[in-house]
Amino acid sequence: MSRKPHVRKQYWNEPEMGLWEKAYLPEILRGLWITGSVFLRNMGKWMTGRKGALTTYYPEETRWDYAQANRGKHVLTRRPDGTPQCVACNMCATVCPAKVIEIEAGFDPADAAHPKYPVRFEIDYSRCVFCGLCVEACPEDAIRMAKEVPNLPSGDRWNMWLAKEELLDWQPQSDVAKPYPPAPPRVPDGERG
Amino acid sequence: MIADLVISLVFIGYAISVLMGFGTILTWVERKQAAVMSDRIGANRAYIRIPGTQVKLVWLGLFHGMADGLKMLLKEDFKPRTYDWYAYAVAPWVVFTPVLLVFAVIPFGGSLTPARLWEPLSAFFGDKTWPMQIATLDAGILIVFAFSGLTIIGAMLAGWSSSNKFSLLGALRAGSQMISYELVLGLTVLGLILVYGTVNLDAMVRQQSGIVLGFLPAWGIVYQPFAATLFLAAAIAENKRIPFDLPEAESELIAGYFTEYSAMKMGLFMFAEFIEIAIIGALFTTLFLGGYNLPYMSDAGFAFPGGAAVAMPHGAVVVTQLGTFLLKVFLVCSFQILIRWTLPRFRYDQVLMFAWKFMFPLALANLCVTAVVVWAVRS
Repeated sequence: MSRKPHVRKQYWNEPEMGLWEKAYLPEILRGLWITGSVFLRNMGKWMTGRKGALTTYYPEETRWDYAQANRGKHVLTRRPDGTPQCVACNMCATVCPAKVIEIEAGFDPADAAHPKYPVRFEIDYSRCVFCGLCVEACPEDAIRMAKEVPNLPSGDRWNMWLAKEELLDWQPQSDVAKPYPPAPPRVPDGERG
Repeated sequence: MIADLVISLVFIGYAISVLMGFGTILTWVERKQAAVMSDRIGANRAYIRIPGTQVKLVWLGLFHGMADGLKMLLKEDFKPRTYDWYAYAVAPWVVFTPVLLVFAVIPFGGSLTPARLWEPLSAFFGDKTWPMQIATLDAGILIVFAFSGLTIIGAMLAGWSSSNKFSLLGALRAGSQMISYELVLGLTVLGLILVYGTVNLDAMVRQQSGIVLGFLPAWGIVYQPFAATLFLAAAIAENKRIPFDLPEAESELIAGYFTEYSAMKMGLFMFAEFIEIAIIGALFTTLFLGGYNLPYMSDAGFAFPGGAAVAMPHGAVVVTQLGTFLLKVFLVCSFQILIRWTLPRFRYDQVLMFAWKFMFPLALANLCVTAVVVWAVRS
């Protein structure tokens, strides 16, 4: 069995080191100078009360450069009289690929135009994929997505189920598609009609 | 006699608390400095809540060290079924203990006369003066090398007794690397011994409080700048930190010779490494940066190059010297961390090549030049 002697491959972009680079020390000092000056600059910022890092403390701070079209937390809209626009048709729950929306429909004989309304409307944000299909599926423009994502991180996964009241009462600043009616005093379900 | 014992106990307590303090603080400093160097914030989520309130103390993430220690203490101590459980159990201590012992001969302050600190103390201590050093040994630097050489045994034991190929490879690497670099370390210090004519660390520091060339403090780094650089590089290699962390290279060997260790045994290896950073800082300070003295300062006070002298009371001198030593050690530690987060890792053959073909000849050349110059000056 013949064996070819190992020949080291020559690469076209093989780095060529001059005497300066081979002396190690000057190049190492140059590297230390770069990292050291970054350290001193950032440290100076921290010392003078500014922020010396690019990091955003996520739940406490949010980035300023969220896209206008960012799909964040859901909003449930209301009619001018304060009742939820949702008619509990279950379209969003059906189209939802992550199956995170749970709706329990109720019957309201007093409201002839919209006799069906949601008794429970809950979204599990720990599973939501923020795809926005629920917004597209809604025939009533009852559910939207605002660009902010407030108060979602939590130490307990059950805190990430948001119920109807929270989604209705949330008034995000960024949604300019339609001004929301100023939230009227809410009428409890039992007193209606 | 009793007074000697009391003073020794006080010094030992001080030394141990300094080393443990440095070991704990350096884990935090390493994280934070690395974060600031790379535009990050660093570990900052561990907190202590004041009981009964919602006030959370974060303190720049200082509690992360505590959380880590707690985690290591409470973790399951997983042991491999090795045929040499005794060596396995003893190895972390063989690594950890010599690191602490090295500090015994390092002077962390000038001389202490308790009677001059506070008058009533003279009833017990008399007028005696003690050098601020645990063991005043003439062999100073030799003791340092003798003890720091012992850590190799711990690494080899750990690797051998783990019954793990990665551990064994790591131990082999650690052994060859540490022996190679110990040689360079010794040769660089030889030049310094020629200059000072002594191996007693305290005598070296006292000689460094003079003035050379009319204005420079007579520090070792002024006499031997080349040796200082080589010493620092070799010392980092001794400590097995990046760029010389081949024995524990994660991408190749998982964790090298302490792969099979868990919980506080692994913590001991880590802690020994961090304390060794402080030890290297203390050695470098003592040998090259004038030890516990500020420039132009000695036990009597300041003597500036112009001829002006400022006398200081004994208490002020002691406090200044202790503080100066800690500050210098901290700065050298910080510099080591800067190196660790700047340079990439060597390849294994390059590490040994670097030791034997680059640093070893340079250290020899430095020694020869120093010998010739010292001979020319003295004769």
